[in-house]
Amino acid sequence: MAVEPTVKVQREDFDATEEASRLTSGRKDVGALVSFVGLCRDEAGTLNALELEHYPGMAEAELGRIASEAIECWPLTGLTVIHRYGKIAPGKNIVLVIAASAHRRAAFEAADFLMDFLKTRAPFWKKEHLNSGKNSSWVDARADDEEDATRWSNT
Amino acid sequence: MNIRYFAWVRERVGVEEETIEVPGDVNTVADLISHLKSLDDNHAAAFEEEEAIRVALDQMHVEADTKIGNAKEAAFFPPMTGG
Repeated sequence: MAVEPTVKVQREDFDATEEASRLTSGRKDVGALVSFVGLCRDEAGTLNALELEHYPGMAEAELGRIASEAIECWPLTGLTVIHRYGKIAPGKNIVLVIAASAHRRAAFEAADFLMDFLKTRAPFWKKEHLNSGKNSSWVDARADDEEDATRWSNT
Repeated sequence: MNIRYFAWVRERVGVEEETIEVPGDVNTVADLISHLKSLDDNHAAAFEEEEAIRVALDQMHVEADTKIGNAKEAAFFPPMTGG
């Protein structure tokens, strides 16, 4: 039976431990669980907060499409993707990806794939608010992220 | 057609969303961008770096040569920086 991914786009924080236990509780076929949490860093004390804008509707749809691709490519027993929007302070959570599988390789690779494609395809944009009070500015997309996504072209 | 803008594209255009009449000679995404650029200075400024702008039709990523067809919504935005 095909695995249904859990995809959420929300302003509220998430609890990674609680989300992970949802993928393992009551079952004995999960041998590997890989959890990735992306956090807001303070950029050496200069950043006051990140503001995440998103395209409501498309953000959920695109994360769902990427999650479905991962489920087609790897034998997963569960997959959770949660992305926050709104103002996020340094040290706080931004994104959560959890992949569960019978074996570790599938879980590692699926989580890695999810993050690479989420970065280049999910419609979210970060704006930096600085402690100096200078004009806030949009974060530029990184060429590295595009390159990372091409790693999976043979998958 | 409903047009939506995000991030710096939205800031340059000055609105989040607008409804426009699409002229009959607009077939592709690139044609639509040319039309939007002709509307006023803000639109022209927003689309100045045209190759930097990403496009979605009905919430799916598309390319400049994609035909608009019966799409109800087009969205324009910079390269994504989530995660």
